[in-house]
Amino acid sequence: MFSIFKKEINTFFSSLIGYIVIGVFLVLMGLIMWVFPEFSVLDNNYANLDTLFGIAPMVFMFLIPAVTMRTFAEETQSGTIELLVTRPITDWQIVGGKFLACLALVAFALVPTVLYYFTVYQLGAPPGNLDSGGILGSYIGLLFLAAAFVAIGVFASSLTNNQIVAFVLATFLCFFVYLAFDFLSRLPIFFGKTDDIVQAIGIEYHYNSMSRGVIDTRDVIYFVSVIALFLAATVLSLGRRRW
Amino acid sequence: MVFRLSSFPEKTEVFWGGRFLVLLPVQKSHFLPSHFLTSKKVSVKVSHLLKIYDTQRAVDDVTFEARKGEVLGFLGPNGAGKTTTMKIITGYLPQSGGKAEVCGFDVAEQPMEARARVGYLPEHNPLYRDMYVREYLAFTAGVHKVKNAAKRVDEMVERTGLVSHRHKQIGELSKGYRQRVGLAQAMLHDPEVLILDEPTSGLDPNQIVEIRQLIKDLGTEKTVILSTHILAEVEAVCDRAIIINKGKLVADAPIQELKQQFTGQALVTVEFAENADKNLLAKIKNVQSVKNLGKNQWQLTAPADKDIRAEVFAFAVANKLTLLELRKETYSVEEVFQQLTK
Repeated sequence: MFSIFKKEINTFFSSLIGYIVIGVFLVLMGLIMWVFPEFSVLDNNYANLDTLFGIAPMVFMFLIPAVTMRTFAEETQSGTIELLVTRPITDWQIVGGKFLACLALVAFALVPTVLYYFTVYQLGAPPGNLDSGGILGSYIGLLFLAAAFVAIGVFASSLTNNQIVAFVLATFLCFFVYLAFDFLSRLPIFFGKTDDIVQAIGIEYHYNSMSRGVIDTRDVIYFVSVIALFLAATVLSLGRRRW
Repeated sequence: MVFRLSSFPEKTEVFWGGRFLVLLPVQKSHFLPSHFLTSKKVSVKVSHLLKIYDTQRAVDDVTFEARKGEVLGFLGPNGAGKTTTMKIITGYLPQSGGKAEVCGFDVAEQPMEARARVGYLPEHNPLYRDMYVREYLAFTAGVHKVKNAAKRVDEMVERTGLVSHRHKQIGELSKGYRQRVGLAQAMLHDPEVLILDEPTSGLDPNQIVEIRQLIKDLGTEKTVILSTHILAEVEAVCDRAIIINKGKLVADAPIQELKQQFTGQALVTVEFAENADKNLLAKIKNVQSVKNLGKNQWQLTAPADKDIRAEVFAFAVANKLTLLELRKETYSVEEVFQQLTK
């Protein structure tokens, strides 16, 4: 599994993909957080990084499928999947290696945003007047969210040999799992009765819950379950030539 | 007194040496059915393999064995089932019935052990175009957990003649060199069995000669199963050949036997007005066999490069026979193959 992880990371950084993903993410985040008047922290007058954690999921919804779209789709198209699958490694090792590599890339993209934390820290009145615990919880939540999106993206990639289809499918699924359940809970069927439960199936509910700074085991279990579910679906999809 | 020197059920010769009857194992002749040749270890065993797609039987009751130190050729027209059989042996596709074993490990029941002993070069030689040659081989070594990976990679690079290209990206290499990279990754973990699907397809004649030599060298230490639809290749590289047509096994024999069957033979059809003696016809120079096609019409077989028509004419003159028809046909290797795989 480690060989696959290493190879995928090398591929990200030997082609332009890795640099573009990190670059686009940071430029976009930087612009939104500090430049654009409506969203900027400087105009917000609050010493928090809520903008970052509010906007990042939206950006991830498009960026992460772009990272994961080639993981399986390209291999299926070029035929290298045949070699990969006939090596003495299990399907779980293949999926795990690719998943971890994509997650590592997204984590690399997130690391420079710690600079924003230190900036707001200094800008606070007095300096340090910000909810560090909440921000830490939010980072952890964001990492879990990214992991869930990566799992969804890898699953979408395994379904097709066309990278564009993989991208669109992944974006749609990410959107659905993140936001749709909140909207669904407002349907008359659910509203007022089971709307809490429906909301809790969606990622946004648990992401917001984690942002409060308390790591609730229910949220952790939720994210781990979502990741496990989509990775298992990927392994199933990988083995479908055996049916 | 009888001394049994070997416990294998091989064809034995009896030597009367004085008072003792000695049973000695004899050099196995290639006229024996292959399952009596038990002294070489069987590394690939396929029994009654079946693969059905909807209603089509892609592989239909195929049974064969391959041994260490042997290059086995899979011959057949496109769509015959060669690639499907290979994909089943490597574990890529599951079989619908039957069993495939590599070095004693069932590919369906013990996939990891079986796959570790197989080196596979798929049909279109899929490679990661943006990786560098050594990087790709190092990755393969890592996946197979090869010991002394760096040294092994260098060995393979040398063996496949990639030394001058080892720092290039795979996408930059010509087809011949990419094929060598494919071979290198198949050999890297020193597998006992090599499965090569059309390894010389798309190469220019020089490259073909080099790859064939490499495969022949590998065949002395390992078991190589190679698939092709080029008959000349089978003759040049393989020790034994299996012909598959429409999923069924049509022939399984050593190359010598197949050569005898396939070497173009010249067929001369001759018709006389009078009766001719079959024995006298058989005595004509270079005639291998005589067949009566009907009233005074004979078919004479001769080696492809000998034209016996002049001798037949002389025979007719010598025996005072009226020659009504003298016609020559030659079956080329391809035509014989087509006959077998119609």
